[in-house]
Amino acid sequence: MEPCDLTFSDARRALDGGKLSSLDLLDSCLSRIGQADPDLSAFLFVADHEALRSEAADADERRARGGGLGPLDGIPVGVKDNISVAGMPLTCGSRILEGYVPPFDATAVARLRGGGAIIVGKTNMDEFAMGSSNEHSAFGPARNPWDPGRVPGGSSGGSAAAVAAGMCPLALGSDTGGSVRQPAGLCGVVGLKPSYGRVSRYGLVAFASSLDQIGALASDVEGAAVMTRTIAGHDPRDSTSLAERVPDYERALLSPPVRLRLGVPRELSSGGASPDVVAAVDAALEVLASLGAEIVEISTPHLGYGVAIYALVANAEASSNLARYDGVGYGARAGGAGDLDALYSGTRSEGFGSEVRRRIMLGTYALSAGYYDEYYLTAERARSLVAADFERAFREVDAVVGPTSPTTAFPLGERLRDPLAMYLADAYTVPANLAGVAAISVPCGLGADGMPVGLQITAPRSGEATMVAVAGAYEREAVRAGVRPRLAGGP
Amino acid sequence: MAVTRDEVARVAGLAKLALSDDETEALRQELSRILEYVEKLRELDLAGVDPSSRALAAEGAARDDGVGAMLDRDEALANAPDTDGRHFRVPGFLPEG
Amino acid sequence: MDFEPVIGFEVHVQLATESKIFCACANEVGGEPNTRVCPVCLGLPGSLPVLNREALRMGMTVALALDAEIATRTSFDRKNYFYPDLPKGYQITQSLVPLATGGRFPVTRDGSTRTVRIRQIHLEEDAGKTLHGGDGTASLVDMNRCGVPLVEIVTRPDLRSPEEAEAFLVSLRRLLVYLGVATGKMHEGSMRFDTNVSLRRKGEEALGTQTEIKNLNSFRAVREALRYEIERQTRVLEADETVVHETLLWDPGRERAVAMRSKEIAPDYRYFPEPDLPEFAIDAALIEERRAAMPETPSEVERRFRERYGLSAYDVGVLSAEPGRARYYEAVVAELARRAGGAPSGTGDLAPVAKLAANWVTVVVGGHLHSEGIDLVEFASRAMSPARLAEVLLPRLRNEISEPAARRLFAEAVRSADSVDGIIETLSLGRLGDASELVRVVDGVLADCPDEVERYQAGERRLLRHFVGQVMKKTGGRADPALATRLITERLDSAG
Repeated sequence: MEPCDLTFSDARRALDGGKLSSLDLLDSCLSRIGQADPDLSAFLFVADHEALRSEAADADERRARGGGLGPLDGIPVGVKDNISVAGMPLTCGSRILEGYVPPFDATAVARLRGGGAIIVGKTNMDEFAMGSSNEHSAFGPARNPWDPGRVPGGSSGGSAAAVAAGMCPLALGSDTGGSVRQPAGLCGVVGLKPSYGRVSRYGLVAFASSLDQIGALASDVEGAAVMTRTIAGHDPRDSTSLAERVPDYERALLSPPVRLRLGVPRELSSGGASPDVVAAVDAALEVLASLGAEIVEISTPHLGYGVAIYALVANAEASSNLARYDGVGYGARAGGAGDLDALYSGTRSEGFGSEVRRRIMLGTYALSAGYYDEYYLTAERARSLVAADFERAFREVDAVVGPTSPTTAFPLGERLRDPLAMYLADAYTVPANLAGVAAISVPCGLGADGMPVGLQITAPRSGEATMVAVAGAYEREAVRAGVRPRLAGGP
Repeated sequence: MAVTRDEVARVAGLAKLALSDDETEALRQELSRILEYVEKLRELDLAGVDPSSRALAAEGAARDDGVGAMLDRDEALANAPDTDGRHFRVPGFLPEG
Repeated sequence: MDFEPVIGFEVHVQLATESKIFCACANEVGGEPNTRVCPVCLGLPGSLPVLNREALRMGMTVALALDAEIATRTSFDRKNYFYPDLPKGYQITQSLVPLATGGRFPVTRDGSTRTVRIRQIHLEEDAGKTLHGGDGTASLVDMNRCGVPLVEIVTRPDLRSPEEAEAFLVSLRRLLVYLGVATGKMHEGSMRFDTNVSLRRKGEEALGTQTEIKNLNSFRAVREALRYEIERQTRVLEADETVVHETLLWDPGRERAVAMRSKEIAPDYRYFPEPDLPEFAIDAALIEERRAAMPETPSEVERRFRERYGLSAYDVGVLSAEPGRARYYEAVVAELARRAGGAPSGTGDLAPVAKLAANWVTVVVGGHLHSEGIDLVEFASRAMSPARLAEVLLPRLRNEISEPAARRLFAEAVRSADSVDGIIETLSLGRLGDASELVRVVDGVLADCPDEVERYQAGERRLLRHFVGQVMKKTGGRADPALATRLITERLDSAG
């Protein structure tokens, strides 16, 4: 088996045990990128190979001297192209940022580097994180490694595809309405969205400021847990970052879910998801039950309004966050603009794709005079009810479980004509962003079409340890039972 | 909830987006459809419910006064589409406050 | 027709913090463009604001000084619009829950006082600066000023004339400088004003349609702009036409207000709560701390100058115009009083000291600063500390030297580091101690101008001044003018 097809935990153990060098691991990943990326377009930018190899050599040297930087030392990592890496281009999947190179690292990136991780490159994404299929990238869609005729999900499609295809064991994504979990689910990898404020947003290009979080995509739960622990924690540069100490997620991985109560939302389980997805998730819940978890039905009557709330709140904040792309300070500028107005509208109309323009229009409308109360304010108030639903639920159960997405990965082009249909793909993931709680997607089998299905486990704010424990326990059992899906080429 | 052409034009003006007639019509339809969907929020009883977004944030984060690292001018201007070497440069316009 | 102007203001004040309001860039003026910027104030993708707590504290000090009510929780909002010197495409300001509401500020002019009511006080960030090329050539943008903290003070339209408005702003500026929250350096853009002005018939309560004039940056500009606009509106109303609401922009280069280009009646800023900043709780303890730490206000200083030093309203006004000057003056008084013979009690003892010091600080020191083009801080630390000035004034206080001699002493004491006694010695500034010598000089002067003596004795009494002047000249200013006058009149009258 190629080193790049090892799970994170296997790779880590091989590195620690001296059976694998970082250099070999990196070369294996770079080789896989070379082979598979022309078809999959998971990466928009790959760093200079020699520079990367030099970093890997440094990691090997540190290990040899017994002074490794931690569990991420020498591990190749992909970074979604809306997260700043100093010196690497940042496009957010958009033409409007062509040529932009940030002069600073996002805090999460700085922490990864501090842990010795090797930033291999920037991954493909829906433009400005607006999308659920990675088809809205100005640089062409990313494709699902399980079936390149299908979407990898979005907006962190590139990161999910990269991990699923063995291009790198770990990748950073961002999750505003499900953009880490949903592509993880569709690509058969693990995707973790921390509680709001758990990971610094400094250096993450803002889409919806009160919903965005940087999340981890990984080949296994341990990878997601370790990566999250490394990047999490208070950041004085982000006023919304939590001051609390970050728990030891790795330790949480080892605790079995005995006596944990898992809630299944009554209102969401009726209809919406395709039967094979329901079946795969039900089977996963049975596995958890067999491990000692108690599965109960809970009522969360307001989660079904999540997409409507999200459509207003996320896009309203986005319309403001994207006003800075005006051709003045950075990025592209419309040529031949004779006056300022022409500069602005030319730059923005040419630079933004249709989905971004649509969302900016919707968001601007929702904030505009005469409509603010009816749309934005109403949505913000309805959002409180979603948060209250979770609070109530978490008094009864330790975590909420269900499918990550209603369907498996759909064919490219299938949902492009109907924006609303695309938004509804996020129905199960959006509520966690609205309430600021933590959620993880872990692979739980295949659908009727042989495509991966994701099980979503949602925990209370600051409760990542709980969901990591449940996810880890399920994964161990699923691997043992041979249920955990791997791409051809894996065990 | 039907959106009118005039409203699409008004919003496009606020957002500094130039739309062709076809684009305006397409957006008019798409926005109308989405806004119709969000009408379902009217089903909710929101009496006495406060907007939530603040509740998510950490309370009171502020920093002490003091000068920190700043960018070099070259760094600051490096990504700009047009400069005169010292300033960002845009087409001339009359001041509008 | 008797129309009365109704005038209000939005005053934008740059707070004197060390760093900007949402980032750690230096809060300074001048220097090369685009050298005090960072990802945050440039609005680079991924940047986030973090509030400078000193800006909040200074805002609270302003609110307390203006008697406004401070919110228990305050928060920020986004004001969305496109402009080249607004890199994020929105300004972080306060709309929904400002730092403070209500308040008042009394303005005294020509003996009468009007209370201007404050509507609200809030914090926001400043934008960058654009240099306009004019007629189609490029415009250049400098982001150094982006993110400088501003406190905005919004008044109710309680002012009734351009002169009153100017007095209000001058007084407000002085208060802010005393509080230590602003430099008050108008030429550096420390304060900028938006004004709104309308007319109504005297006695009416309803407000007329107003004109707004934005971006005024000097007191003179405010006066001119208001006078012009009041005159214009008066003409419109007298012609029985209606005033149309307009927003004008003050062009400091051309010194006039120009109509704004935008066709919108009221721009739609789409305010919504700033999601990148939390709410800030302000508890009673913090407010008390700010209250306790508040520096003396100008009116407190004025009262002390009147009551303790018995100074005239004019002198009080001049000496308290800047806190540095007031401090310098009081130090001089203290040093001089000490040297003159212990700490005096009561106004009676202190009055001559206070009066002499007042004259000298306002006239002599003031004149010197003006002609040398230096400021008081520089003067006090390099040329003449309060203690040294007190030493210079002591012989004058004791009438040991004449006023002209004291001026010469001052000029030399500024230049050299020699002791005051040494200078008096070197320049022979002491009074002619010997009356007989003075008699000789008087006789000599009278002998030199027999015609004038005749005319004096014929009745031209005012020639006395001439004789005294000649004596002073002959003695190099060292004669005691009172004594010289007495000797001269004795001589001339006895001869008659």
